[in-house]
Amino acid sequence: MRNLWAIARRELGAYFVSPIAYLVGAAFLAVMGFFFYTDVIFTVLGRSEPTMRYIFGVMTTILLFVAPVLTMRLLAEEQRLGTLELLLTAPVRDWEVVLGKYLAALVLYLGLLAATGLYPILLFWMGGNPDLGPILSGYLGMFLFGAALLAIGLFSSSLSQNQVVAAVVGIGLVILMAVASLPADGITNLTLQKVLNHLDLRNHLMNFRRGLIDTTDVVYYLSVIASFLFLTVQILSSRRWR
Amino acid sequence: MIEAEGLTKIYGDQVVAIEEVTFRVERGQIVGFLGPNGAGKTTTMRILTGYMPPTRGRARIAGYDTVLQSLEARRHIGYLPETVPLYPEMRVRAYLNFMAEIRGVPNRKAAVERAMALTGLEGRADDLIGKLSKGYRQRVGLAQAILHNPDVLILDEPTIGLDPRQVREVRDLIQELGKTHTILLSTHILAEVQQVCDRVLIIHRGRIRADMTLGEALRSRRPDRIFLRVEGGDRQVPEALGGLPGVRHVEQLEPGVYEIQVADHVKEDPSPAIAEAVLRHGWRLMELRPMGLTLEDLFLQVTAQD
Repeated sequence: MRNLWAIARRELGAYFVSPIAYLVGAAFLAVMGFFFYTDVIFTVLGRSEPTMRYIFGVMTTILLFVAPVLTMRLLAEEQRLGTLELLLTAPVRDWEVVLGKYLAALVLYLGLLAATGLYPILLFWMGGNPDLGPILSGYLGMFLFGAALLAIGLFSSSLSQNQVVAAVVGIGLVILMAVASLPADGITNLTLQKVLNHLDLRNHLMNFRRGLIDTTDVVYYLSVIASFLFLTVQILSSRRWR
Repeated sequence: MIEAEGLTKIYGDQVVAIEEVTFRVERGQIVGFLGPNGAGKTTTMRILTGYMPPTRGRARIAGYDTVLQSLEARRHIGYLPETVPLYPEMRVRAYLNFMAEIRGVPNRKAAVERAMALTGLEGRADDLIGKLSKGYRQRVGLAQAILHNPDVLILDEPTIGLDPRQVREVRDLIQELGKTHTILLSTHILAEVQQVCDRVLIIHRGRIRADMTLGEALRSRRPDRIFLRVEGGDRQVPEALGGLPGVRHVEQLEPGVYEIQVADHVKEDPSPAIAEAVLRHGWRLMELRPMGLTLEDLFLQVTAQD
C-alpha cells in the first residue's frame, strides 16, 4: 500500500511540472465556462430551467477527449524512458504500479470536477434556486463516468510507448463505448439490444441526472473501472513474458 | 549470492536469446560479464533482476527464486539497466527519495544522503535530472542502485558514456562497493574487467563460453609469443633455441632481444625449457616473459568460435 501512495504522489508531482495538466485543465474549464455562460443567458431569457443538466451533458462529451489525454503519459512514457524496468524490478507489485498511477489521474480529475462546482454555486447566488438533489447525484455520476474513462485511458497507455498513440487509441475506445447503444434500436435480437444498451457509458448517466442513484449504474461504472485496471495489470505483466 | 541454473530464454517462438546459462557468483565477488553485442548479457541480467522470467531454468538471488519469490529477491538487488532509468522532470534528491520509498528503505533521508555522497552527487541534489550531463545521470542511476544497500548489484555497462576521469571514479566506487557487495557488471571495456573484477564470465551466442578467475584467464593458457632478453650468446641464440620442442621460430628484434613464436600444436608453455637452454649455454638470462597474453586475446579467442 505504501508503494501505491509513493507512486501516486510521484505521478501527481509529474502532472504539475509538465504543461499537459495545466493545458488540459485550462481548455476544459474554458470550454465548460463558455457553455455555462450561454446556458445562463438562456435561463435568464426564460428559455431554459436553472439546472446543471445541460452542463453535465456538455461535460460528458468533452470528457471523452479530456480523460485519455490526462492518462496518455502514465504508462507510455514510463515504457519510453525505460523507467518501467525500474518499477518492475523494484519490490513493487504490478497492481500497485497501475493503481498508483490511476489514483493520481483520479485526484487530478477530481480537482477539475471540483472547479466546475463554481457553476451550481453561481446558480444559487443568482437566485435561480435550482434543485440540489439532481446536482449532487449528477456530480456523483460525472465522477463515476470520468473515473471509468480514466481507467480506459490508462489501459490504452499501457499498449504503447508513444503518448500520442495512447491518446488516440484511448479516445477511440471511449467514444466507441460511449455510443455503443446507437445501433441498438435497429437490432431485432433483443438480448444483443439489451447488452448494447447496458454497455453504453452514457446510458448509465441518465438516472444520475434525474436525481436517482441506482445501484445498477454504480455497479456498472465500478465494474468498467475494475475490468480495465485488471486488463492494464495483465498487459504490464505480459511484458515480462515476451 | 547469484545462482543461475540452466537459464534459457526464447523470445516469441524462435529467437533463442540465451541457452543453458549456468553460473554462480559468491558473496563479495566482482564478476565481469563480457560478450559481444547481442550475446545475451542484458537478457541474462533482466532474468536475474526479475524483470522477466526465463523460459527454462531458474535463478536465485541471495537464496530467493527470482520467479517464485520475486519480491523477496528484488529486495536484495540493486540494478542499473543499460538505459539509465530516470525521470527527467524530477530533481535528484526527490528521485532518490522516491526510489528509496518504493524499495522500502527504513531510514530514507540518511540512505539518500549516503548514496549521494558515495556517488559524488551532493552538489547536484536539487538539480533537475533532465538537465544533468550524461556522467551525472549515470551517477544518479548508480546511486539509485545502491540506495537500499543491496546484497547484489547488477550493473549493465556502468561506465558507458563517461569521461576518463568519471570512469575512474565509478570504477573506484565499484571496487569499494565490491568489498561488501556481490557485483555482476557487464562491459565492453576489457581493461575495466582487468582492473576491478575477480572473475570473468564470457557469453557468446547465448552460451557461457568462459567462466574463470582473472588469474586463471591470464595464466592458464600457454602464450603465443615469448619475449626474451639474453646477454652473451649473440648469433648462436636463434639456432640454440630454435630446436626446442614447442618453439616455431626465433626472431631477433635487436641484439640480445628476441621474440620466440610458440608452435600451435603444443600444449605446454616452452618458457622453462627456454630458460634451461639459455643457462646451459652459460648465457645470462635478463628477461623472459609471455607476450600478448591479455583479456582481449581471450575474448577474441572465445568469441571467434563458430
